[in-house]
Amino acid sequence: MATQNTKTLARLMMAPAVIVLLVWMVVPLAMTLWYSFQNYNLLTPQNVSFAGFFNYIYFYTDPAFFQSIWNTLVLVLGVLLITVVGGIAIALLIDQPIFGQGIVRILVISPFFVMPPVAALIWKNMIMHPGYGVLADLARFLGFQPIDWFAQFPLFSIIIIVAWQWLPFATLILLTALQSLDSEQKEAAEMDGANAFNRFIYLTLPHLSRAITVVILIQTIFLLGIYAEILVTTNGGPGYASTNLTFLIYRTARLGYDVGGGAAGGIIAVVLANFVAIFLMRAVGRNLDR
Amino acid sequence: MARTVSRGSKIGWTIAAWLVALLIFFPILYAFITSLKTEPEAIAGFSLIPSGTFENYVTVQTQRDYFKPFMNSVVLSIGSTILALLFAIPAAWSMAFSPTKRTKDILMWMLSTKMMPAVAVLIPIFILFRNFGLLDTRIGLTVMLTLINLPIVVWMLYTYFREIPGEILEAARMDGASLWKEIVYVLTPMAVPGIASTLLLNIILAWNEAFWTIQLTTTNAAPLTAFIASFSSPQGLFWAKLSAASTMAIAPILILGWFSQKQLVRGLTFGAVK
Repeated sequence: MATQNTKTLARLMMAPAVIVLLVWMVVPLAMTLWYSFQNYNLLTPQNVSFAGFFNYIYFYTDPAFFQSIWNTLVLVLGVLLITVVGGIAIALLIDQPIFGQGIVRILVISPFFVMPPVAALIWKNMIMHPGYGVLADLARFLGFQPIDWFAQFPLFSIIIIVAWQWLPFATLILLTALQSLDSEQKEAAEMDGANAFNRFIYLTLPHLSRAITVVILIQTIFLLGIYAEILVTTNGGPGYASTNLTFLIYRTARLGYDVGGGAAGGIIAVVLANFVAIFLMRAVGRNLDR
Repeated sequence: MARTVSRGSKIGWTIAAWLVALLIFFPILYAFITSLKTEPEAIAGFSLIPSGTFENYVTVQTQRDYFKPFMNSVVLSIGSTILALLFAIPAAWSMAFSPTKRTKDILMWMLSTKMMPAVAVLIPIFILFRNFGLLDTRIGLTVMLTLINLPIVVWMLYTYFREIPGEILEAARMDGASLWKEIVYVLTPMAVPGIASTLLLNIILAWNEAFWTIQLTTTNAAPLTAFIASFSSPQGLFWAKLSAASTMAIAPILILGWFSQKQLVRGLTFGAVK
């Protein structure tokens, strides 16, 4: 009897959160699906009609579509590569016996707390600006021609900015994992004559695999939705050179007022995100269960 | 046995680590330094020594009413966090203390809602907000931020609550404590640190959220993310002022963040890395 009561109570306590999230997930998604089959432009809201698969065909045949998918992948993979490799290196460095480790940690982790528009504008104006940026000053000092980063390498520039924001996250998680490595194991390996390289490959790296998995998984979720950094730097350009899928849909829906087209793009984004999520979960599932 | 490290190698590692740390921190530092420069100084080439004017901070307030977006950020991040906690505490509590066969599934499902790309529901949310008059309102955006952070809040609380030993509950029950007393005198004191950590991390996440805050506001409810993003198309030279606005936008959260390193790891990895 008591357990029955507890069970009912437990369900009641869970219900609000579950219901709210269920509504949040189902209603907007169902609406997106509905709109994706409608001809609906916010500039001519009185002309709404059934569109069949037109919106999907329209989105699919847009040359910007494949470029945006490609850019999305390059952006995610580029940032992952920089943050994981850089994160491991920096975590190993901070884990050494050094003076002022606490302050070093604070300095390294700081970019993570900088809101995306601020991060992007600092880099755009003060670091990468071809006329007044620090990199331009440095190039001139060394006798080179300053690079116009956002015109010549727009996507790469955004990768750099986003990687700067996420490098602290990777570093902090890898450092936390590193510090849980048994120091006796390290000493034993050292005494057995394993050199630093072998200790890293056979002891440290396997120990870090779970943390690396988590870093990749969580960053991918956030990196698929990169938006503000693109908005305030290149605005997706030049052309579509730095437009990812998120930005293309925003452009279609909000700047083009094309509800149907944007919704079709949204559904494609959901399919892509699910594909990535399943793929990732499969690839990392074994690793996480340990 | 502690590892013996030669003094020389320690100094070597220290220099290397500090160089890397300062390089990573440099953009933030440089923005702060630029905020203390005059506008002509700000574009006059590389210099780490500003003339030390606070004029930019004053100008940002008098010309652009900085206080308004700042207050919006405060209200939205704290409001949405408290709202999320109200939904999440009972849910996480019951999942941690009366787990069923489906608890894990529900948790995984909640996490999966986080994987839905925001942009996929941009159109319906925008239209719903427009139809209900919620565009550019604090209430609308608070609800939005609550929804997107709720899964993380539930997860974080769950990982904290799960560590409260169940035996304590049993002991209290044996002593004849009612459910209410059990909650107030036994569980709450043990749960407070976890709730505080969750609160802290969620305020940081809500403060820095930069998709919905930009999409759903124009002026009235615009928090700092939207305010700063509106500087992206410059008219005239304004970097020192932008730097002052940026410094004020990130300083409070940067300081909160420094105190929340541990919680950050735990919260954002859903307890997978501690």
